[in-house]
Amino acid sequence: MDILETTRSALTSILANRMRSFLTILGIVIGVTSIILLISLVSGLKTYITSQIEGLGSNLLIVIPGRIGGARSPGGVQANRLEYSDAANLRNRLSDQAQVSAAIQRNAALKFGNKNDKGVAIFGVEATYPKVISLNLTRGRFFKESEQQAAKKVAVIGTTVKSNLFGEGKSIGQAIDVAGLKYTVIGILGPRGAIFGIDLDNSIYIPISAAQRQFGIDRLNTIYISANSAGNVKAVQDRATALLKKRLSEDEFTVQTQEQTLSIISQVTGVLTAALGGIAAISLIVGGIGIMNIMLVSVTERTREIGLRKAVGAKPSDIRNQFLIEAIILSGLGGVIGIILGIGLSLLIGKFFTTTVPLWSVGLSFGFSMLVGVIFGVAPAIRAAKLDPIEALRHE
Amino acid sequence: MSPLVKLSQVNKIYSAGEIPLQALKDIDLEVKKGEFIAIIGASGSGKSTLMNIIGLLDRPTSGSYYLENQDTSRFSQDHLAEIRNKKIGFVFQSFNLLPRTSSLDNVALPLIYAKVSSSERIKKTKKLLKELGLEEKINSRPNQLSGGQQQRVAIARALVNDPEIILADEPTGNLDSKSGAEVMSIFESLHKTGKTIVMITHEEDIAKHAKRVIRMKDGQIWTS
Repeated sequence: MDILETTRSALTSILANRMRSFLTILGIVIGVTSIILLISLVSGLKTYITSQIEGLGSNLLIVIPGRIGGARSPGGVQANRLEYSDAANLRNRLSDQAQVSAAIQRNAALKFGNKNDKGVAIFGVEATYPKVISLNLTRGRFFKESEQQAAKKVAVIGTTVKSNLFGEGKSIGQAIDVAGLKYTVIGILGPRGAIFGIDLDNSIYIPISAAQRQFGIDRLNTIYISANSAGNVKAVQDRATALLKKRLSEDEFTVQTQEQTLSIISQVTGVLTAALGGIAAISLIVGGIGIMNIMLVSVTERTREIGLRKAVGAKPSDIRNQFLIEAIILSGLGGVIGIILGIGLSLLIGKFFTTTVPLWSVGLSFGFSMLVGVIFGVAPAIRAAKLDPIEALRHE
Repeated sequence: MSPLVKLSQVNKIYSAGEIPLQALKDIDLEVKKGEFIAIIGASGSGKSTLMNIIGLLDRPTSGSYYLENQDTSRFSQDHLAEIRNKKIGFVFQSFNLLPRTSSLDNVALPLIYAKVSSSERIKKTKKLLKELGLEEKINSRPNQLSGGQQQRVAIARALVNDPEIILADEPTGNLDSKSGAEVMSIFESLHKTGKTIVMITHEEDIAKHAKRVIRMKDGQIWTS
């Protein structure tokens, strides 16, 4: 009996029990759907973060407190010792090769009249910040060096802040309340979108000096360094590291290039993909057990049929192949439905978050579902092939 | 001419239970080509076991079985399946048609295992069903057919590979007397065309249709 006939007869039997076949493959469908969906979310996240980071420019370096991948002090918490003087030192010493801006961040509520905007990201940066990281101002201007030196209370606001506090009204020149103090709006940023529900436009930029004074912060979250050319990124990294090492220990800071940041993100999303995909794969195995269960029931139910087929000339291998192919078709069908559902859901979620379905995830999940069909179909198929024809024909 | 089937000193002992059961005892039997034989006996007489052995569904515990001068004890599982497919046609008491499957596909089943091409299968199957008066029922499923019609489909299936021997196990057991008579007349006309038929029954009336009657009791042949 050739594969084509075996497949035809397996399809006939699957279609004869539509409801049961559907319920049987449901486990596989859910497993494949969740694998595709989770991988598409993680790779979407990776694509988004990568594009965001690349958008900052490949010449960018960041200095952050603590050492990535390094030893931690007991208890796992590393004290932040990065100070404004470090940033000032870097700016002075690297002025021939790079632009530097220190940055701190706080979340706070904003008020204007009776309007509120809660959970706004307040970035305290230097006047050099727009030279380090490209910012797109739609109206007004960024603050000047003199305003930063004088700790002037001025703010450049994101589009969400603008619409929450001012709506369509005039915003430039207005004084907004930032956690209790009044700041004058001097500029409005262009829209930047959202990532995983975090609105990047719900933020304002104020002079770091004003921010430190208001919030009582003397440590920095980040020092941004932009090398003047791509060619001297490495040299800037080495020089910055050497300069910082004079005051700080190796474990207290990290100078990282964009390339290194991207490779860390790649590692993190790789681990995420493996972990989430692995969890989803468990549901595929559960689905496989479902298929095995139904195939065993099917072998028992069709014992007479098996006996008859043997009596009219089916070899044990014919019977084995028939049930094995039936199991594989069931799991393959589940795989196909799961892939369609997974891509569909991923497109739907793609309206809110970035999702991308990599081709390898489709291949992987389909291959895995077929494999599950083979693994869990073998035992019932062998049982069917081994049935004694006389016993089978007598079976009620 | 050498016999088609030759059983010598065949014993079949079932030792699965606590007490071994001797289902067949020292059976000697020859079936010549073209014979129409009825094996009659009460239930438990061993007639079904005998038929299963002739049909190569079961193997004797001891003794020899030559089919067309070939020692069947040496055949592999796959070879046995091939012989059942090409040389033996079974007709069962309860028809054993595949449910939810058309008459056409039921009859064509042995041809699928014989690796006959699809067009050839349909041609042969249609011809046989027509000969057995089932032209109208080609696409009907077993549950849409009467008992007599189902058994005729089953006979068509037994004949479709043009076997050497037809083995019928109580072919009229589940039929009313009119359908039973129809089935017997089919067997008689098959006999006239030279087919070899071995039929099991426990009814004298049915056995009368055969040209030779073998009586079995307690696993042994009493008259032949």
